[in-house]
Amino acid sequence: MIQRLFKNKSAMISLLVTIVIYILVIVLVSAGLLSRQLTSIIIPVCVNVMLAVSLCLIVGFLGELTLGHAGFMSIGAYTGALITLNATALPAPVSFGLALIAGGLVAGIFGVLIGVPVLRLRGDYLAIVTLGFGEIIKSIINSLKLTNGAAGLSDIPKYATYKQFTLVYIIMILMILLITNLVNSRHGRAISSIRDNYIAAEATGIPVSKFKVIAFVISAVFAGISGVIYAHNVGILKPGNFDYNRSIEVLVMVVLGGMGNIKGSIIAAVILTLLPEVLRGLDDYRMLMYAIVLITMMIFNNSTLKNRMFKRKSKAVEKEGA
Amino acid sequence: MNVLNSIIEQLINGLRTGSIYALIALGYTMVYGIAKMINFAHGDIIMVGAYVLYLFVTLLHIPVIPAVLITILSCAVIGVVIEKVAYKPLRKAQPLAVLITAIGVSFFLQNLIQIIFGATPIPFGSIINIPAIRLGSITISGITIVTLSVTTICMIALTWFINKTRAGRAMRAVSEDKGAAELMGINVNGTISLTFFIGSALAAVAGILFICQYESLKPTLGALPGIKAFVAAVLGGIGSIPGAMLGGILLGLIESLSKAYISTQLSDAIVFGVLVIVLLVKPTGLLGKQRREKV
Repeated sequence: MIQRLFKNKSAMISLLVTIVIYILVIVLVSAGLLSRQLTSIIIPVCVNVMLAVSLCLIVGFLGELTLGHAGFMSIGAYTGALITLNATALPAPVSFGLALIAGGLVAGIFGVLIGVPVLRLRGDYLAIVTLGFGEIIKSIINSLKLTNGAAGLSDIPKYATYKQFTLVYIIMILMILLITNLVNSRHGRAISSIRDNYIAAEATGIPVSKFKVIAFVISAVFAGISGVIYAHNVGILKPGNFDYNRSIEVLVMVVLGGMGNIKGSIIAAVILTLLPEVLRGLDDYRMLMYAIVLITMMIFNNSTLKNRMFKRKSKAVEKEGA
Repeated sequence: MNVLNSIIEQLINGLRTGSIYALIALGYTMVYGIAKMINFAHGDIIMVGAYVLYLFVTLLHIPVIPAVLITILSCAVIGVVIEKVAYKPLRKAQPLAVLITAIGVSFFLQNLIQIIFGATPIPFGSIINIPAIRLGSITISGITIVTLSVTTICMIALTWFINKTRAGRAMRAVSEDKGAAELMGINVNGTISLTFFIGSALAAVAGILFICQYESLKPTLGALPGIKAFVAAVLGGIGSIPGAMLGGILLGLIESLSKAYISTQLSDAIVFGVLVIVLLVKPTGLLGKQRREKV
């Protein structure tokens, strides 16, 4: 495995970039070169990267749109927070580890429960059902006593601040690795074939429903885990944190990164999390800008302008080659 | 007797909300029939309609009837502009791209209104001031009467338009087969614009009726009726105009009865439950046509 990794040039570069970013962040934090605001945003960046990568699996590779990503995140966040709040007797690493596992598991269970009936649908239907599902989860959390209703949970132990960056970073890298490997594997190609031609994929003997559910559940588990980290980073949870806007925000990251491009999603997630912090004054217009980004990206992707630009580029490359 | 009265009152309430859903569902179903896409932004046209009415009646002090007409017209124009700017370039794109654009448009409208008018709800008194009618021991409010009559008129007019006029026939032809319709000399782009025009006008009417009932404006007010109307359109069979009317009214009755006799908090969940059951058991809806898929 390691030998193969070293033979592969692009894998080497990715590994190098991963390590360099890690060292850079650690050095900047320990040297105190970052402002408090930037330090506090390190973990949210990681959380958004995880969310974007997990949604990228569904939107980019499965070719379906789900709008309930924030719902899975909230399930994970609440499960994790309830565990660490109630298991005060356990040492911090144990209870946080438990919370991470349980958060992912519970989100995954919900993923199966919802995915099995709902994934028989496609396109618009799936989008609207998952949207409704996200809203239902929000209203259930809002009305339950266990989750303390609209007031939410507070005083959640902060096990995932920038001091625990190493742990969060490792989890994030593991998720990215898992999804990249999945996408490049036999199963990943099966998933992409469902996106490219549903009927042809079925005719070649790919169990479409099975792969759809697999992708959906993996994405749900990862969203759940990122929710746990989010909960232990901010310390306060409210049902309103996980509304429709949150799902759209993640969708914008995936779309801006170029659907079906994991690296793009990661970069877009980092930029879109850092940008509002840098440009504080534009906060009111942030959501409006997201909407415009969605529309223009889609129109640009399908326009003749893009075709012409890329054709010119490839022609130039050909000429250089000749 | 009392039980019977309360049931009848709930049924009338259901009919009122249901007929509003039916108006919105008509827009979804017409656009789907003709452009084969679900216009996610349709629900937000309702919201825009309510705000435009507020702008004209409360801020500009225009009398009610011209204000209503201007509102309907401006929403219809907004609908056409959305189609031209956002959906037309994507007519040959894959469905996912169209879907994301539609969500983008919906999100855009919500946030634009939020920036202009603010996120805090604005109280807005009903513009319908008709006294209630008493039939025996049952009272029917003025809003209910106006809602039911307006929606009935709209539906009859629309059915007549689709079935009897030239433009209506063109719409049916385009939804049946776009290519063949074009070859027969029908202006496809014009017909699609007309569909958006009518759909958005109906949404504006629904928005006005809706705001008279709820009397509070906020940027997300269109989302829930929009989604419920979508459920209604699917229930009746998306693409089918009588289906949308039937689905809307059925959904209104289901919602009103479950609110009264099961649980207020769960009524939204029940509505979604209906959607999931319909899609799983009979995805074509009550009056929809089966379409075979080919590679």
